[in-house]
Amino acid sequence: MEKILMKGNEALAEGAIIAGCKAFFGYPITPSSEIAEYMARKFPKIDGVFVQAESELAAINMVYGGAATGHRVMTASSGPGISLKQEGISFIAEAELPCLIVNVSRGGPGLGGIQPAQSDYFQATRGGGHGDYRLIVLAPSGVQEMMDFAIEGFDLADRYRTPVMIMAEGTLGQMMEPIIVREPVIQFYDKPWATNGCQGREPNIVNTLHLSADYLEERNHHLQKKYDAIASREKRAESYLTEDADLVVVAFGLMARIAKKAVMEARKSGIKVGLIRPITLWPFPDAEISKAAQTTKRFLSVEISMGQMIEDIRLAVAGRVPVDFFGRIGITPNPEEVFRAIMQVAEREGI
Amino acid sequence: MKVVAKRPESLKDNKFHYCPGCTHGIIHRLVAECLDELSLRESAIGICPVGCAVLAYDYFNCDMLEAAHGRAPAIATGIKRLLPDRTVFTYQGDGDLASIGMGEIIHASLRGEKITVIFVNNAIYGMTGGQMAPTTLLGQVTTTSPYGRKKEWEGYPAKMAELLAQSEGSAYICRTSVHNPANILKTKKAIMKALKIQQAGLGFTMVEILSTCPTNWGLGPLEALEWLEYNMIPYYPLGELKVKEVE
Repeated sequence: MEKILMKGNEALAEGAIIAGCKAFFGYPITPSSEIAEYMARKFPKIDGVFVQAESELAAINMVYGGAATGHRVMTASSGPGISLKQEGISFIAEAELPCLIVNVSRGGPGLGGIQPAQSDYFQATRGGGHGDYRLIVLAPSGVQEMMDFAIEGFDLADRYRTPVMIMAEGTLGQMMEPIIVREPVIQFYDKPWATNGCQGREPNIVNTLHLSADYLEERNHHLQKKYDAIASREKRAESYLTEDADLVVVAFGLMARIAKKAVMEARKSGIKVGLIRPITLWPFPDAEISKAAQTTKRFLSVEISMGQMIEDIRLAVAGRVPVDFFGRIGITPNPEEVFRAIMQVAEREGI
Repeated sequence: MKVVAKRPESLKDNKFHYCPGCTHGIIHRLVAECLDELSLRESAIGICPVGCAVLAYDYFNCDMLEAAHGRAPAIATGIKRLLPDRTVFTYQGDGDLASIGMGEIIHASLRGEKITVIFVNNAIYGMTGGQMAPTTLLGQVTTTSPYGRKKEWEGYPAKMAELLAQSEGSAYICRTSVHNPANILKTKKAIMKALKIQQAGLGFTMVEILSTCPTNWGLGPLEALEWLEYNMIPYYPLGELKVKEVE
């Protein structure tokens, strides 16, 4: 099949359109702005809606309203903007409105920088806003997956009536790769809960206020049950040379591709090292990690942060083997650096 | 038997939770009567605020959403842009619209969003128990302006109708009151006009309605109506401030 060269942010935007996304509401922020720009160019020509909101707060609430109509809608931003959206994301999660939220991430805290980072991992995987909720979080590792996960993200969002987040390092948004453009999605979900005018039915209500403590608890149990179902069905990871590995590197996103190269180099040096790449950051693929913990001697978490995913790895490992960490922030480690980190652990531990 | 009065179809058969003497009930009924008379109930989508009207989804018999504090105009934008043939309204109080939601309301107006905003201004935070609102009058005592609102400390009350009338995107801006029957009827006319202008697609519409809060003002219902007339109307003059006529 013919491939075309596309920039990550544009591939993601095109993927959303392929998935039937009808509206984009956003606020510019580097390094995510090309998604908004792409939608601003495309949507007026295909009867879609593009609104540049006055703020991230407004943008996420436009998503709330747009999703409530039953249409597929999305927003995209980066770290500081995603922080501002958290109020709305919490409401969207409880109102069970399907939508796609994209974090083309950069380094924090505060205004941080515009270089790629993975330091929004906690924010993405722990809910991010107030209350007990989760997002499905997908972490693409290339431009093809920027497109594919946009399509899959909308499907998961509708299937579970839940917000889905794509978290991609800024690099993935900015870099170009040849990709296969997917076929348009033609099958959609019924949304009898949508607030789109009550002709011929009882009025629908989209609401997150539950003044009765008993009902509030019931709602939370309902959400938890849904999250349990997602966790039992949707955990995804990719394993590479883990069967005989004495050391398993864990990395996600583009970082996983870089780490894979380092793993291949280390194998050439005779080190039995493998790689696990979580594809869903939530639900975290703990079974994959736990399985490897039965045979490997050590884990090494490689992240573009000060160490966040390492906590999930440790939970999955449950103390059976040690978990080391190598990470930088703002600066994406290159394959040589990761190779050196692997060799250092291997030498120190006699692997 | 002849029916001389009945509940509008656009109101559910639920008892209002509002305090005795509060004028929210009257305003709810007016909005519902307008939806009925324009046959809009089945195409209407309403957005409730945070504040005393937070439970308005239990009262309006049309599709309803509950917003985060101040965000109703953004939600309305999302809905109206995707469903341009529906009638979208927000129902907001003064804390919701003029304080925490100031950004959302101004930009909805500037964009000329074809929505109708019912803005209930009672110069105080009702639900949280009588704190100062952006529309609290100078000298007015609230729990967070216990010495009376001073311009040196708390600044000046927000005149939202005047502010939004300045915006090119606004097609209808009107301030009314519900302190007596004549003004209640004028309020209904204004809501009708706002909805019609929304339907005609002329732009952003808002009716600011001066309303009472006997509980947090510390007044009886009748005294509250008088207080509104003699204190609020001089600062918040009634009338249409912006009208793009439907052709």
